[in-house]
Parts: sequence; structure tokens; C-alpha cells
Amino acid sequence: MSPVFAMLAAMTLASAIAAMSFRKLVHSALSMILTFSGLASIYLHLNAQFVGLVQVLVYVGAVAILVVFAILLTRDSTRDSSVRSLAQSWLTGLLVAGAVFGTLATAIIGSRALDRALPQAAEITVKKIGEQLMTRYIIPLEVIALLLTAAMIGAVIIAMREKERK
Amino acid sequence: MDQIDQIFVSLKHWAVHFFPDALQPLVSAGLSIAALIAAFGSIFAITTWVERKALGRIQNRLGPNRVGPFGLLQPMADAIKMLTKEDIVPVSADHVVHYLAPFALIIPVSLALAVIPYGRNMALVDLDGGVLFFFAVGAAAEVAVFMAGWSSRNKYSILGAMRAIAQMISYEVPLVLSTISVVMIAGSLSLVKIVEAQNHFVGDWLPGWYVLTPWGFAGFVLFMIAAAAESNRAPFDLPEAESEIIAGYLTEYSGFKYALFFLGEYWGMFAVSGLAVTLFLGGWTAPFPFLAWVPSFVWFFAKLGALILLFIWIRGTLPRLRIDQLMSFAWKFLLPMSLINIVVAALWHFTAGWSFPSAPLWRWLLCAALVVIPYLGFGHALAGRRRFPKRVYQYAT
Repeated sequence: MSPVFAMLAAMTLASAIAAMSFRKLVHSALSMILTFSGLASIYLHLNAQFVGLVQVLVYVGAVAILVVFAILLTRDSTRDSSVRSLAQSWLTGLLVAGAVFGTLATAIIGSRALDRALPQAAEITVKKIGEQLMTRYIIPLEVIALLLTAAMIGAVIIAMREKERK
Repeated sequence: MDQIDQIFVSLKHWAVHFFPDALQPLVSAGLSIAALIAAFGSIFAITTWVERKALGRIQNRLGPNRVGPFGLLQPMADAIKMLTKEDIVPVSADHVVHYLAPFALIIPVSLALAVIPYGRNMALVDLDGGVLFFFAVGAAAEVAVFMAGWSSRNKYSILGAMRAIAQMISYEVPLVLSTISVVMIAGSLSLVKIVEAQNHFVGDWLPGWYVLTPWGFAGFVLFMIAAAAESNRAPFDLPEAESEIIAGYLTEYSGFKYALFFLGEYWGMFAVSGLAVTLFLGGWTAPFPFLAWVPSFVWFFAKLGALILLFIWIRGTLPRLRIDQLMSFAWKFLLPMSLINIVVAALWHFTAGWSFPSAPLWRWLLCAALVVIPYLGFGHALAGRRRFPKRVYQYAT
């Protein structure tokens, strides 16, 4: 484990824990932004430039702003939230988390994928990703585009003021 | 001439070779960062002086003229004033977020400056996805604006922050879309490669800059409009609108934190102007072959200076938009125009193979018509039946 990775992982984990335990929603949202950027820097550290940059662009630039706007428009963000940040039944939570971790860990350790030799990591450039998207993955791309367009039209229709009928 | 062109690069290599091998990458990076901060710090100081002088000239007054010859030392006086001012934080403010907001703005903005190629071999980092990186860190600046506005606990601050975020999100769309046409033609997201793609001459004397093609010119205009809005410059300075909401998200900032915000905004403007130079104006390339002996970084900074002057000129000339005008302009005019521009760029790419007589001229005219006709159409449609009578000035001559 390289020291850079250790630092990034520590920052990501610490900000994720902070996002769960802050009492003010905006503070939680801001530390969640830090978590997103930590994830993005881990992608960059792993040489996945495109994924890392898109992570910043989409999650920090769009999703975080959306979350923040939602908080500001729906409640008084200056007050502490009345909900206790840590659930009262922390024992149950711990048990559930432990069980999930155990199941996943046994599945991963028992899987045959670990025995396979690691494929030689190819140098992934943005150009290659673009070529793949335009040839092999063109149908999923178009389907997603259609879905997003439909979602956007739906949002506009919901937000549109209806004409008053008399 | 080559030595002068590469003087900064060779200086750095010379300075780095004094250090042990293990330290060399670190020292090299540190030197580049120091040079970048020093250069843009000085450009910031000069720009504040030029801006105040130019605005003074436009508004028929003198501008700063007390400190030093022609008021040239005014930026120094301002800096000392900002440093010695009391740093006031409102009692009800969220102290930690209020404190962190200026840094959250400065960091992404200076990161954006790192990918721009300032001369031949003078990009701090040549990222494969340089354009993508630029917009990614630009998106992070929105968070800083929100932090400043929200943590100040002031209704003007939060209003300004909401305006700023809405404006930045809306104008990011045409900004990115007008960049896409360049990426399509250059075939790369790396800013260094985009400059190299423009580093040739058409017919021995015309530079191969993208601004001289129909789609490139339209893209440049769209980009500059969106860039002015992204960097909160007049006529899109609604987030600060001093006549409506005091100073927007900067209302509760004083002393050096205010100066940091100010610096961040100007650096943002420099970064986005530098991107415009790189994408459309050929970066560090010379405009004519016989001028190619002038060092590459001189060309870059000359073009950057010209764009900064353009921003100052526009600020002194145009009145501020209303918020509804701002939004409808982005979504009803800039967005469709930049989408059309992408199609025109694609057409430009596919007509490159035309080989009948005077094909380049026909190709140019066809693409220009495809840009101009929708432009006129949108202009008429949006202006509607409004008529603007000739302005009559009563007191000025």
C-alpha cells in the first residue's frame, strides 16, 4: 500500500464517517463532497483518468449541488436536525454491517476469480473509451440517452405551470 | 532564438540538477508551481490596475493616480490595506465553513491553471483529458461559492450564492458544448495536442487557428459569452450585483479572505481566458510565419492580455442583465446555437476531402451560412415584436 493511497483512503473514510455523524445537514453534504473527491483521487491514483475526472464532474459538480439545493429549499438548514445522527439500536446496526461484510468477504475469498492471473493493464486513453462507446456499447449509450431525455421531459412537465381552466 | 524560447524550461532543468535524484521530481514540480503562482499573482496585480484605469477612462474619470507614477503602485497599497484590515466574522456565521470557503475557491482555480500550455514545452502537466480536467475542477468552484454564501448567515449572501450556482450551472452547458467542436476537430482532449493541431499555416501566411473557421469563430464567441458568465464578470455579475444584493456571497467577507476571493475570481477569469486562447486562438503559436522567432510564451501572454482587455472593455460597456434575461439567454439562445455549432463542425470535418476547384472557399461559405442563418433566426424569434427606439442622450454630447 503506497503512502499516497493510504492518505487518500484515510481522507475518504474520515469524511464518509463525518458525513454520517454531523448534526447539520449542510455539513454532512459538504463532507460527502470531500468523500466524492477522495474517491475521484483514488481513481486518478489508479491511472483511471477518465473515470476520476468524470467522478469530479458529475458527483462534485452536479450531484452535490443538487443535494445542497434540495436541503436549502426544503428545510431550515441553520438548525441542527432533530433526528439523532447515530441510530439508537447501534448494536443491531453493527450486527447487520458485520453480517453483510462477512457474507461479501466469504464470497470474494471463495471465488475463483482470485486465482486468475491479473490481466496486463492496458493504457486506457479517453480516445479508446470514446471508440468503445461509439462502436461496441452504442446501444446501451443510446438507451441511456433516451432514458435521460424522457426523465428531463418528465421533470419539465411536472414543473410546468398548468393553465387554469374555468 | 530557440534558447530564448525555451529559457524557462532550461532554467528549471539547470536548477533541478543541483538536487539529488530522489528529490528531483518534487523540486521540479515545486519550481513550476512557484513560477505559476508568481506569474499569475503579478498578472492579477497588473490587471486590477489596468481595469481601474480603463474603467476610469470609459467612465470619463481618472482612475487611480496617487500611488506611484500613473498610480502604478496602487495594487501594492491595496494588498497592504487588505492584509492589515480586521478580519470580521459574523457572530452567527458557521466559522469553520466560513473560514474554508476562500481556500475551496483558490485550490480548484489554481489547479485549472496547471493544465494550460503557456508555451512550447511549457504545460505544467500534459493530461490526456486536459479539457475534462479543466471543467471538472471548474465545477468544484461552485461548491466554494455555496460554502461562502451559506456559512455567512446573511440573506444577501445566500441569495448571491443561489444566483451564482444557478448561473454557473446554466452557462457551463454552452461553455462545454462550444469546446466540444474543437475537441472533435482536433481529435484530442489534451490541451497540448489541441495547440499542436493549430500549429500550421494555411496557404503559407494564414494561421491554422480555429477562430478563423466558421464553426471556430461561432464557438469562440459562444465560449467567451459563457466564460464571462462562468467567471461572474459584467454583464453577468448578478451574483455580486452591488446595487441589488450588496456584494452577494462576498458580503460578510473582509480583509484578506475577501482578497483571496477576489484573487480566485480573477484567476478563474485568467484560466478560462487561457483556455479560450488555447482552444481557439492557437495557444502559443505565432500569427504569421515571419513572426515565428518571437518566443512562444510571449504570444500566449499577449493573447491572454488581449482577452483580459476585452473582458474589461465589455464590463465598462454593457449594463447588467436581469436574472430572467440571463437564464433565457443561456437556454434559448446559447444552448441551441452551440448544438448547431457542433453539427457545423462535423460538416467541416467531413467536407475536408472536397477536391473540386475553389473547394475551400465553398466549404467555408457553406459552414458560415449554416451558422449565420440560425443566428439570425434565433435573434428575430427572441426579439419578437419588441422595437428598440434610437437612444437619446440628454446630458452627454
